Amino acid sequence: MAYSEKVVEHYENPRNVGTLDKSDPNVGTGLVGAPACGDVMRLQLRISDDGVIQDAKFKTFGCGSAIASSSLVTEWVKGKTVDEATQITNKEIAKELSLPPVKIHCSVLAEDAIKAAIEDFKKKRAERQAAASLSS
Amino acid sequence: MTLPIYMDNHATTALDPRVLEAMLPYLREDFGNAASRNHAFGWRAEAAVEQARAQVAALIGAQPNEIVFTSGATESDNLALKGAAEFYRSKGDHIVTLKTEHKAILDSGKRLERMRQERLEELKLLRLMELTGGEVRPEDVDALAAQYKLDQDPVLQRWASVVRTGARVTYLDVEKDGRVSLEKLAAAITDRTILVSVMLANNEIGTVQPLAEIGKLCRARGVLFHSDAVQGVGKVPFDVESMKIDLASVTAHKIYGPKGIGALYVRRKPRVRIAPIIDGGGHERGMRSGTLNVAGIVGFGKAAEIARTEMAAESARILALRERLRAKLMSELDMVILNGSLEHRLPGNLNVSFAYVEGEALMMAIKDVAVSSGSACTSASLEPSYVLRALGVEEDMAHSSIRFGLGRFNTEAQVDTVARLVVDKVKKLREMSPLYEMAREGVDLKSIAWSAH
Repeated sequence: MAYSEKVVEHYENPRNVGTLDKSDPNVGTGLVGAPACGDVMRLQLRISDDGVIQDAKFKTFGCGSAIASSSLVTEWVKGKTVDEATQITNKEIAKELSLPPVKIHCSVLAEDAIKAAIEDFKKKRAERQAAASLSS
Repeated sequence: MTLPIYMDNHATTALDPRVLEAMLPYLREDFGNAASRNHAFGWRAEAAVEQARAQVAALIGAQPNEIVFTSGATESDNLALKGAAEFYRSKGDHIVTLKTEHKAILDSGKRLERMRQERLEELKLLRLMELTGGEVRPEDVDALAAQYKLDQDPVLQRWASVVRTGARVTYLDVEKDGRVSLEKLAAAITDRTILVSVMLANNEIGTVQPLAEIGKLCRARGVLFHSDAVQGVGKVPFDVESMKIDLASVTAHKIYGPKGIGALYVRRKPRVRIAPIIDGGGHERGMRSGTLNVAGIVGFGKAAEIARTEMAAESARILALRERLRAKLMSELDMVILNGSLEHRLPGNLNVSFAYVEGEALMMAIKDVAVSSGSACTSASLEPSYVLRALGVEEDMAHSSIRFGLGRFNTEAQVDTVARLVVDKVKKLREMSPLYEMAREGVDLKSIAWSAH
């Protein structure tokens, strides 16, 4: 199967590969997919207290399209608010990368990763606030 | 070095220039039909076909009149299974094969099972019509069958016992190294078994099966023995006499011959019969009608002759290349797992899983090297390799597998280039892999509740 130019470009020069400190209260980590299915994405977002995504890092086990999808969303989410990032859909990702039908699940995974990372951040914040209100 | 490098010799092989030379006259001036008995064009074509038939026979220890030319191994496998099931249907209706066989065997078996099942369904419908005394709508069959307790109905059982269409098929599991257990095989043979089909060597993991022992067992039990010998012929010893093989599928394009030409070996003594699956002018002693592909057959013959005379030296050279590649990959990378048996293996086959790296991504990274992967992403079905799964390889490791197929035209320099490239890219992809990071941190990946998708 031939890959689109954009998939190849992201695959060969992936943006924002790496790891953020998951114990940092401002870092949300989303881990989606399954090794048995052949793709696992980990997206980490550093989100400011006022809800703006300042940094994004990913690591992905998966095919070229999965890696390209992850790389693309790290570019897209930076600078966006949490609410704006949640609006990103798999359709937009698939369209941008010209993914063929058999690779649509890679874009679904990328969308899920954004949502999971934000969910994790919100959960951490809620726990922090609960702890703060308990101690006060 | 010229790129890309071809290291996918289980998929197909390059045409040997000596084979092409032998074929050319039969694509030019000697274009005759081998079945034309009354002029020189036909005679020349026929003579060329008969010479090739002898060359192919010699490669596998057969007689020339035991070779039936076909369009390739898929047709040969279909002909062996369907042809034997039909011809011997009064003798029995059961076939034993392995879960790791080629799809041409597995799907021929499935069709035979479906044919039998359809006939049984028809009988069920007839019986219900008889019992209810009227028309039976297909959607009511299940309810009526339960109502009339058809599974215990002696009349239907008697009818079913005369069904002679299709077959029942046992697909045996293999051991961890990909080989069949002779005990399990012996236990699977019943008094209804007509045929056992076990491949010489597997196309994905290169595992070589103990054919001589299987042949002995089949002969003792009075069961026909078919072998899909495609991947192993010309690479490891294969002899229909000493291995007591009755039917064998071979093809030209895996031994540096042209595509579109293969053969089925059909034993003469004791005589083995098969019903044809292609009807027509009665070529190939009635077993395979259709004008002979003379140029292809000549190429097949030449390729077989080269394979026979050069096999010993060539296999030793290719084995040394394979071991060089294996040693380099395994010494420079951690967590590289060999799939299949090391001892009972085709010399040119290396199938390994690079843990925590997805196979298609790795193939994309080494795009100047032609290999193949058991990753689901490289298959249309999105299922990882059924061969690796049958070995008990975990799904994630199947996704991480790469098959290197070394052949006649690979060099040591190519092996070194490929090894360096693979090592670099695996390292790079592992740096990008969350699983590798987690594994290094000591996280047990099996303890995580993954979301299957």
